Amino acid sequence: MFKFFHMLASPPHYYRLAPKIVPWFAIPGFLLIAYGVYAGLFVAPTDYQQGDAFRIIYVHVPAAYLSMMAYMIMAVSAGIGLVWRMKLAHAVAAGAAPLGAWFTFLALATGSIWGRPMWGTWWEWGDPRLTSELIMLFLYFGYMALRSAIDDTTKADKASAVLALVGAVNVPVIHFSVEWWSSLHQGTTLLRKDGPAMDADMVYPLLAMILGYTLVFAGFLLRRVRTEVLYRERRTQWVKDLILSSGGRQ
Amino acid sequence: MEGLSMGSYGSYVWACFALTAVVLVICEWRLRLRQRRVYRDIEVRIKALEGDQ
Repeated sequence: MFKFFHMLASPPHYYRLAPKIVPWFAIPGFLLIAYGVYAGLFVAPTDYQQGDAFRIIYVHVPAAYLSMMAYMIMAVSAGIGLVWRMKLAHAVAAGAAPLGAWFTFLALATGSIWGRPMWGTWWEWGDPRLTSELIMLFLYFGYMALRSAIDDTTKADKASAVLALVGAVNVPVIHFSVEWWSSLHQGTTLLRKDGPAMDADMVYPLLAMILGYTLVFAGFLLRRVRTEVLYRERRTQWVKDLILSSGGRQ
Repeated sequence: MEGLSMGSYGSYVWACFALTAVVLVICEWRLRLRQRRVYRDIEVRIKALEGDQ
């Protein structure tokens, strides 16, 4: 087992292995999203309070969940890289940041569009869920800006890892904000002790979208990390051999 | 047509789904762009090093 993980953490091995794994995530991921979009838009019944506007949940909730998950992947990988000095861990953290930022933007934008007909406003500064999610977007920007501001990769890894770890405190704040403070944002719908507060016809497309988004995100991350590995290892002999043997093919 | 209007919420619902599709396409495009750039930079560097030798 240890040998397997040690081998997986080796940059050349990861570079060769990643393209073989990606389709196993991406293809089921896109199929689940296709089902989720169809069932969410045309099969799920209309909500008795929110009408058809509730269908935004099928793109908003998975994006919000992934924005937090991407941050946790980034922070945990950065922590592993900082403590155990694993090269691949820093590459994972660097690869997760731009993807996490895009999903955070998507969660904020779709939430804002949903808020307009439901709350009568595009944005509410006093709402803890919205504000803490926006802070997370700025944390992603800060992480990426810090990395690009430092030329030395090792120093950039260390500095950005500290920022990622400090910023991780914001993740539980986002998650529990609707319970801790008074918020316009609705409470937990899916993960409740007494079961989801939704009809099964509404829940299954949502679960499909969450799983689909996660698999597609994993596919993106594996490819992003692969490029990051190539960049970091650009001065090594294996990369030179790889480029020369590929004859321009990527 | 009535189904597409989503009971007067159509513009909000479709805007969100369209935005999601755009973001996924951007993620894919940025990924390919970055890969191409890194690959080309390394190729140029290797050629420059071989030229020096």
